[in-house]
Amino acid sequence: MSGLSWNWQHVWDSLPSLLEGFFTVTLVVTVVSSIIAAVLGLVFAILRRSAPAPIAAAVTFVVNFIRMTPIVVQLLFVYFTLVALDPLTIGIIVFGVHYATYMAEVYRAGIDSVPRGQWEATTALSMSRGRAWRAVIIPQAVRATLPALGNYVISMFKDTPFLIAITIPEMVSNALDYGGDHFRYTEVIVLAGVIFLLASYPTSLLIRRLEQRIAFTT
Amino acid sequence: MPSPRETDPATPAIRFAGVEKRFGDNVVLQGLDFEVARGDRVTLIGPSGSGKTTILRLVMTLEEANDGYIFIDGEPLTHTEVDGERVQLKEHHRNEMRKRIGMVFQQFNLFPNMTVMENLIEAPVHVLGMSKADAIERGRELLDRVGLVGKEDAHPSSLSGGQQQRVAIARALAMDPEILLLDEVTSALDPEIVEDVLAILRDVARTTDITMLIVTHEMQFARDVSNRVMMFDGGRVLEEGDPETIFTSPREERTRAFLSAVLGT
Repeated sequence: MSGLSWNWQHVWDSLPSLLEGFFTVTLVVTVVSSIIAAVLGLVFAILRRSAPAPIAAAVTFVVNFIRMTPIVVQLLFVYFTLVALDPLTIGIIVFGVHYATYMAEVYRAGIDSVPRGQWEATTALSMSRGRAWRAVIIPQAVRATLPALGNYVISMFKDTPFLIAITIPEMVSNALDYGGDHFRYTEVIVLAGVIFLLASYPTSLLIRRLEQRIAFTT
Repeated sequence: MPSPRETDPATPAIRFAGVEKRFGDNVVLQGLDFEVARGDRVTLIGPSGSGKTTILRLVMTLEEANDGYIFIDGEPLTHTEVDGERVQLKEHHRNEMRKRIGMVFQQFNLFPNMTVMENLIEAPVHVLGMSKADAIERGRELLDRVGLVGKEDAHPSSLSGGQQQRVAIARALAMDPEILLLDEVTSALDPEIVEDVLAILRDVARTTDITMLIVTHEMQFARDVSNRVMMFDGGRVLEEGDPETIFTSPREERTRAFLSAVLGT
């Protein structure tokens, strides 16, 4: 069957279906879920730092619970309990929330890295807590965490094949479909891997550029 | 400009009444009573660990006293007495009180994510509700005063320590404080630029009537600027008086020993 032989015909034939899966699912989930994760992660981190103790404790519990269980289990759990939602929406929400818990940890480290003197200066200037967070603490915390956040976006991107578990036709499942139809898996799986590589490598370079650009300069 | 308050001019700008501050088991200040009159320039001296910086931090509400009361213009700062009980005042009240007080820190604490001008106008615009145009105009005047015209768009990281501290002084003045707290403002600076920063503070002292509470190791500066010196030891005021008396003929042996150690004589 597949063996070590290589047939370019399969690459060209399967490419449209793989690209369709990439653009309609893989990319959509990565972008939308990253935005959800970046915003929700920050909310988690701020709540843990400054909400009343019971709320902060509850958030810590939820964050740890989600972080310590596999994303596939979460996908399946939500898929089979909230049947009213379509799989893609479930995928986006689960990926967003799951990665929010990782990003919350990153933000927490970033927030802790802002020197105490910055908080003290906001107090000495009578700034409100909200304004201090918005104008002083978050901008500094996020700059420090940008590389780590970017790496999580790439991780999430590479985790999207888990969406197979809830029957979403993303790129790798399209590759498997093609393989099943033609009894040929080598080319399509390699092609899927190459597409991942071609997308994530430039993204990592882009993140590095962005990092340098927003570093504190004159 | 802050509106003039209807207060008796004889009311002290700052009054400590039985203030106690502990960090864990370590008692830093104990039963501390003292007053600072309006327009006074008071320098706090004493060995490290004697609680001088803690006093400034209590006035700025960066720390909270464990007991006793602090009054600003006769109004309680963080706690008040109701029916013999020590009661914490609401956050809103503290915010209002804080607006009368400014502080310059040893480590400058400028906001590195903002330009110099943004540092200067942040609080006037968002706390005092000044228009941005007015705040910028005032910011320019202050930069002129501290000798940093042309640095409006620079980020703090591109400035020297002395320049950063001058911006920090301008930032504190931009809030038009009635009370200015100076916490070892030259301790983190290279010796050759200390004098530049002190010159600016002398100028502020000469041209304004801001009440100043100063912690410094620059005894010459303390002598030039302050009209009162308080010697602290073990969380208490050991002795106080005008700079001439304290520096030349202190009453206490501890003060004499401390001064000779600092002045290296």
